[in-house]
Amino acid sequence: MPSSSSTTTSPRPRGTVSTLLRLVPFVRPALPRILLGGIAALFAGVVALVIPVVLQGLVDGPLAAGDPGLIWPAALAVLGLGVLEAIFIALRRWFVLTPGTHVEATMRNTLYAQLQDLPVAFHDRWQSGQLLSRAMSDLSHIRRWLSFGLVLLVVNIVTIVIGFAVLVYWSWILGLLFLVLSIPLWVTGYLFEKKYSIVARRSQDQQGDLATAVEESVHGIRVLKAFGRGKYSLEKFTRQAEELRGTELEKARAIAGIWFWLLLVPDVAFAVSLLGGVWLASVGELSVGELFAFFATATVLRFPIESIGFLLSMTFDTRTAVDRLFEVLDEKNTITDPEAPATVTEPHGRLVFNDVHFRYQDAPAGARDLLDGIQLELEPGETMALVGLTGSGKTTLTALATRLYDVTGGRILLDGVDIRDLSRDELRRHIAMGFEDATLFSASVRDNVLLGRPEFDEGARREEGDAVMAEALEIAQADFVHELPEGVDTLIGEEGLSLSGGQRQRLALARAVAAAPAVLVLDDPLSALDVDTEARVEAGLRRVLATTTALIVAHRPSTVQLADRVALLQDGRVTAVGTHSELIAHNEHYRYVISSLDDDVPPGREREVAEGIVPTTTAPISTETGTITIPGGGAR
Amino acid sequence: MSVSGVTGEERDDYTKVESRVIRQRSLRLLGSLLAPLKLRVALTMLVVVVSTAAQVAGPALIAIGIDRGLPALLDDQDWMPVALIVVAYLITGLIGAILIAQYTVLSARVSQAVLFDLRRRVYLHAQRLSLEFHESYTSGRIIARQTSDLDSIRELLDSGVNGLVRGVLYMVFIAGALVILDPVSGLVLAGSLPPLLLLTRWFQTRSQRAFRRTRVASAKVIVNFVETMTGIRAVKAFRKEPRNARAFGAQVEEYRDANARVIQLFGIFDPGLVLIGNVAVAVALLVGGFRVIDGGLEVGALLAVLLYVRRFFDPMEEMAMFYNSYQSAAAALEKISGVLDERPSVPDPVDPVDLWEAEGRLDFEKVRFAYRADRVILPEFTLNIPAGQTIALVGSTGAGKSTLAKLVARFYDPSDGEILLDGVDLRRLHPKDLRRAIVMVTQEAYLFSGTVAENIALGKPGATFDEIIQAAKAVGAHGFIEELPNGYDTDVNKRGGRVSAGQRQLLSFARAFLANPAVLILDEATASLDIPSERLVQEGLTTLLADRTAIIIAHRLSTVAIADRVLVMEHGQIVEDGAPAELIGGTGRFARLHAAWRDSLV
Repeated sequence: MPSSSSTTTSPRPRGTVSTLLRLVPFVRPALPRILLGGIAALFAGVVALVIPVVLQGLVDGPLAAGDPGLIWPAALAVLGLGVLEAIFIALRRWFVLTPGTHVEATMRNTLYAQLQDLPVAFHDRWQSGQLLSRAMSDLSHIRRWLSFGLVLLVVNIVTIVIGFAVLVYWSWILGLLFLVLSIPLWVTGYLFEKKYSIVARRSQDQQGDLATAVEESVHGIRVLKAFGRGKYSLEKFTRQAEELRGTELEKARAIAGIWFWLLLVPDVAFAVSLLGGVWLASVGELSVGELFAFFATATVLRFPIESIGFLLSMTFDTRTAVDRLFEVLDEKNTITDPEAPATVTEPHGRLVFNDVHFRYQDAPAGARDLLDGIQLELEPGETMALVGLTGSGKTTLTALATRLYDVTGGRILLDGVDIRDLSRDELRRHIAMGFEDATLFSASVRDNVLLGRPEFDEGARREEGDAVMAEALEIAQADFVHELPEGVDTLIGEEGLSLSGGQRQRLALARAVAAAPAVLVLDDPLSALDVDTEARVEAGLRRVLATTTALIVAHRPSTVQLADRVALLQDGRVTAVGTHSELIAHNEHYRYVISSLDDDVPPGREREVAEGIVPTTTAPISTETGTITIPGGGAR
Repeated sequence: MSVSGVTGEERDDYTKVESRVIRQRSLRLLGSLLAPLKLRVALTMLVVVVSTAAQVAGPALIAIGIDRGLPALLDDQDWMPVALIVVAYLITGLIGAILIAQYTVLSARVSQAVLFDLRRRVYLHAQRLSLEFHESYTSGRIIARQTSDLDSIRELLDSGVNGLVRGVLYMVFIAGALVILDPVSGLVLAGSLPPLLLLTRWFQTRSQRAFRRTRVASAKVIVNFVETMTGIRAVKAFRKEPRNARAFGAQVEEYRDANARVIQLFGIFDPGLVLIGNVAVAVALLVGGFRVIDGGLEVGALLAVLLYVRRFFDPMEEMAMFYNSYQSAAAALEKISGVLDERPSVPDPVDPVDLWEAEGRLDFEKVRFAYRADRVILPEFTLNIPAGQTIALVGSTGAGKSTLAKLVARFYDPSDGEILLDGVDLRRLHPKDLRRAIVMVTQEAYLFSGTVAENIALGKPGATFDEIIQAAKAVGAHGFIEELPNGYDTDVNKRGGRVSAGQRQLLSFARAFLANPAVLILDEATASLDIPSERLVQEGLTTLLADRTAIIIAHRLSTVAIADRVLVMEHGQIVEDGAPAELIGGTGRFARLHAAWRDSLV
């Protein structure tokens, strides 16, 4: 549920308490200390309540009798109790607060691990701003509630209950009066929960949406600048911020509602008690000291009562945060490691797509599968180019091989083993990917290139790693890194030096090569390179590809020429496999997709000699010989 | 070291002077945020003053009740004094409650208005800052400024200010009431102030640094988080998860530690406050007790004194919470004010020149560009492009082609010399006219969350649906869009995850087509397209470029076919310049490149 609209309207299967109880597994290690903290807080509350008892004794005793001798001991007793209260408060904080931060850190790490584990399909659905707001503000909410809100809520309620008992002890009539008068509080408190929870949820979702808007405005800054749309996007952002402001004000009104009662009720109770108390004292039912103590006690209770409103809203905010957290933690991972993973000890790199079907989760019901029965076999060491129109599913197919997505039908086999029977770690060690959009991480060149070889991180094998890196850089023609300010130790990626598109792509290619996999999957790896560089990279790649199985998505004839064979993807199936020259000779669709000689000639028309500035050097193409065509989904 | 703008924001060892500079900067920001809300703030203050006064009246009324009402009842069976006092109590209570509820809403209005303003300011400013800034500041940090830092400020405004204003007033009024009721006890309370101030001062100095640390640490966590989530495919493909988890774990621990330190300081501060308060109560009792026996003070008054002294310290916990959020928010505000303090290195003109109808003539006059003095990217050159000419910019990666293009789009300004559009220096051109006249399509075709139609419409806000479809058709994107689940209303989702790279480029082409600029810059904008799509785009381009200036950077030399003129760049210099046929016929670098390219075709 990535968007706010769908989440706010969803039914609430859990109550506040049972939602909050879901935190128990995280809180368990800190539980003893939280309990101790609660006990300390309780003692602090009780001590505060005992002070009026001393005062009553003082008023009815020495003060009434005019005996100054007992004033010192009474004051000392009050002092002692006061010191005790401070100590208990210090203990409460000491017990509770540090473990609270550990709980928060554990939850944050758990969330992060879960997010890294969840498949790409999940990340397609969720805006990262929504994830970020969960990882940061929701979790810190929970921490503050655990170490502050929860303890104070429980303790204050207990203090109030004890306080009431004490009030009843001083005078049951007055105590009862207090109790009856507090009924509106419980009613409004209940109503408040219902109203507030909904608004709180909406507010947190809207904050997530706002975070997404911020993220996009930053990641898309070049587009916004290129079109001068900063102001325009600000308008959209403003609308969202305005909505959030509306929600926040609604929240404030709800809080104001409960505040009103929380302040009014004690005051009314005080007034009525004053009337009753004076009357009781006048008829001799109550001593002045008891009246004195009654008000002193009631005063001690005032703040706990007033704080309930704040603590309740904090609790409901936390409940929402917990809901949002568990939306992610509850997400079932659909791409997991098998329980007893198989292993390919000596990978040869035979990759077979066997009647592979794939459709995205949100594809409309009637549409055919994006990949509709792919049948393709890559022999060990073979280089296969994958050619097809934009949007024909080439990139999707490459993503299936490393289980970034799982097939929705059929199987993919690596050396005869279904890739779903391998652990993801092993699979991705055997198959390395080069993406078209070269994602580099904020790290040194070295770390980026050796990303697929964590074994070289340790000191002992560093030199070996350096050799691998040097070779990969050479193959990818990425020698420009040696001219960077600090060579291969230069920080690149987001936090480092900005590189050009072609430089990034070459590093991404070097990274895939350095991983030394059995199978190399490259998605249009040379698209951003100029002709010269491309030719040199190809020369290097040929050396690697001689021994490595490779599946290369290609848009250009030049890239296709790296391949031993070419597979043509059309309408979700591999409609033809053959060498480049075979296909170009006999397959019209292939010619249409790959041949750029007839620049201005629409498909289907007779091929003409390219007009204008260049003479054509290629030999005319014959169309007589037969084509090797595999009927789509031939295995069925 | 400097602390202007965002430089040095990761440090936590500011000198006193630096600290003051930063604090003043954030105070100025705060002041400018509150200035437009003056009236509302004043009203809020008024409400809170009256309501707090009403609340504070309570103990005094109780004292009067016991000291006057009770004797009256005992001696004369006179209910009047008691009844009056009770009614007065009820009224003040009611007024207090109504006003405080009112205040809650009012203060929320103020704080939300401040936040709203601040959000917009940071957002807009981030948009204004040049790419140079964004490239070095990283997206994660600017996101952190706009999310978690704003969160801390929200917390301050939400609960903190509430606590502070009410708390301070409460304390002031109580102190006042106490002085009126019994000046001697007022002295006792005054005696508790010096230790209170000392404690607060200690806490302030210690916590400021600690809070700065939490802001830096949280930004690091966010940077890592954002990078992982946006690069999740590469993370998975290269099995970076465990390494990420370790790095993230360390950052989380650093953040936790920073938080824990703050909390520990608090753990001393808060009980310290309670201690001072309780000692004051005991002393007040001692002093008051003797005077009751002497007859200098009535019992009811003693009760009121003790209630007041006790209540005087009640808001301190809230105040401490305020201080907590204040420190955290102050640290956040420091960072935000730093970002807002950054002057864009590509500033908007002070005295902009309008250019309603651009023809598209571009002149580079003695232009030189260097990121830093020692890293010259483009040595001085002069170049004139007449209106309507289509230029192909050719050269190996890193030759400076993109830099030249970015100078035209004014992503950067030249270090020396000037670039003129129709004779007007780009730096003096009204930004609106500049962006309308010059549009750049980059290789990285970013899609925003929203529908396909909305993404195209970015080229021309307010475009009709028909115009959008026309633009899509012109670049050959119409076909695949129709096939998407919901056609033009399909949500492209996060970073265009469901639309292929080539399709994204088509969409960003459609955007540019819709924008209809006088000068169009295409930086590797067709790299991911398949050949049929590229052919379609080029067909579209021939019409599109017929009457406008264009600078096309493409490694596929097929683009050259539609160019009037080719510029070959090497090491930041234009080494060849001429009509395509002329250059191909020659023996220069371009002739070689072109031959190589022809050979690569089939």
